[in-house]
Amino acid sequence: MVPISYYLGLSAILFVTGILGVLLRRNALVIFMSLELMFNASNLLFVAFSAYYKILTGQIFVFFVMAVAAAEVAVGLALMVAIFRTKHSVDVDQVNVLKG
Amino acid sequence: MSSGVIIFGVLAIVAVASAIGMLISQNSVYSALFLVVNFSVIAVLYLILGAPFIALAQITVYAGAIVVLFLFVIMMLGTERLTGSGPIRGQRLIAILVGAVFLAEVTVFLIWRSGLTGVITPSATDLSTPVSIGNALFTTYTLPFEATSLILLVAVIGAIVLTHPEQSISRKQTLKTVQKKETRG
Repeated sequence: MVPISYYLGLSAILFVTGILGVLLRRNALVIFMSLELMFNASNLLFVAFSAYYKILTGQIFVFFVMAVAAAEVAVGLALMVAIFRTKHSVDVDQVNVLKG
Repeated sequence: MSSGVIIFGVLAIVAVASAIGMLISQNSVYSALFLVVNFSVIAVLYLILGAPFIALAQITVYAGAIVVLFLFVIMMLGTERLTGSGPIRGQRLIAILVGAVFLAEVTVFLIWRSGLTGVITPSATDLSTPVSIGNALFTTYTLPFEATSLILLVAVIGAIVLTHPEQSISRKQTLKTVQKKETRG
């Protein structure tokens, strides 16, 4: 049987990959994908601890996280489309009109 | 080393490799496809952890709906390859530094809290059948469940409003022109 710390390590590595994606990539769509990756890393840990402590609550929470993530992606991609209409680019460096 | 650890190791390697592939591939369609691999591997991990409902929800919601939405938007906007400027000077170094700090933090936490060295054992009773999850959703968690439906509704309306601004404006304009013609006539 797998120790819980292995899952913690895998989740941390996936989360750090997501952080690096958000910090390094310029493509807003890839940044969104990295966000999903971070959601998944946290979900994995929720399910792992749910199995570790034999409590169902973690899985219920994962269900809600999935629903909210789906809503977030829908709104976020709609924002991307709206930004692309005005800027003709999804490069986050181009979106600097609000810069003081 | 038990067979469970070996299976976990293989799956973990595939998950991390696909995540890194998503991070470094220049074509964002490839990024989305790497994301599908990553989500599927994590769904298999959910199955191993004894959460079949969450695993299949992961496949349908993430690997199905969300990635298809991503691919749709990527191909609709035609932004497969982004030839923009590179990251801000020194940003790559800072990003890797921040990631390393976070990883070190988790490692320190692992060593420090030795109480977390336990092993995940399969539960004797079937803990997370779809029936028990449905029972929990519709008894204990009814309010958040209904709030989720509201969130999804608001998200759908928001997405529609955000993606169709020109159409509503042009409709107003045509309405105005029609009204002007009517007043003239």
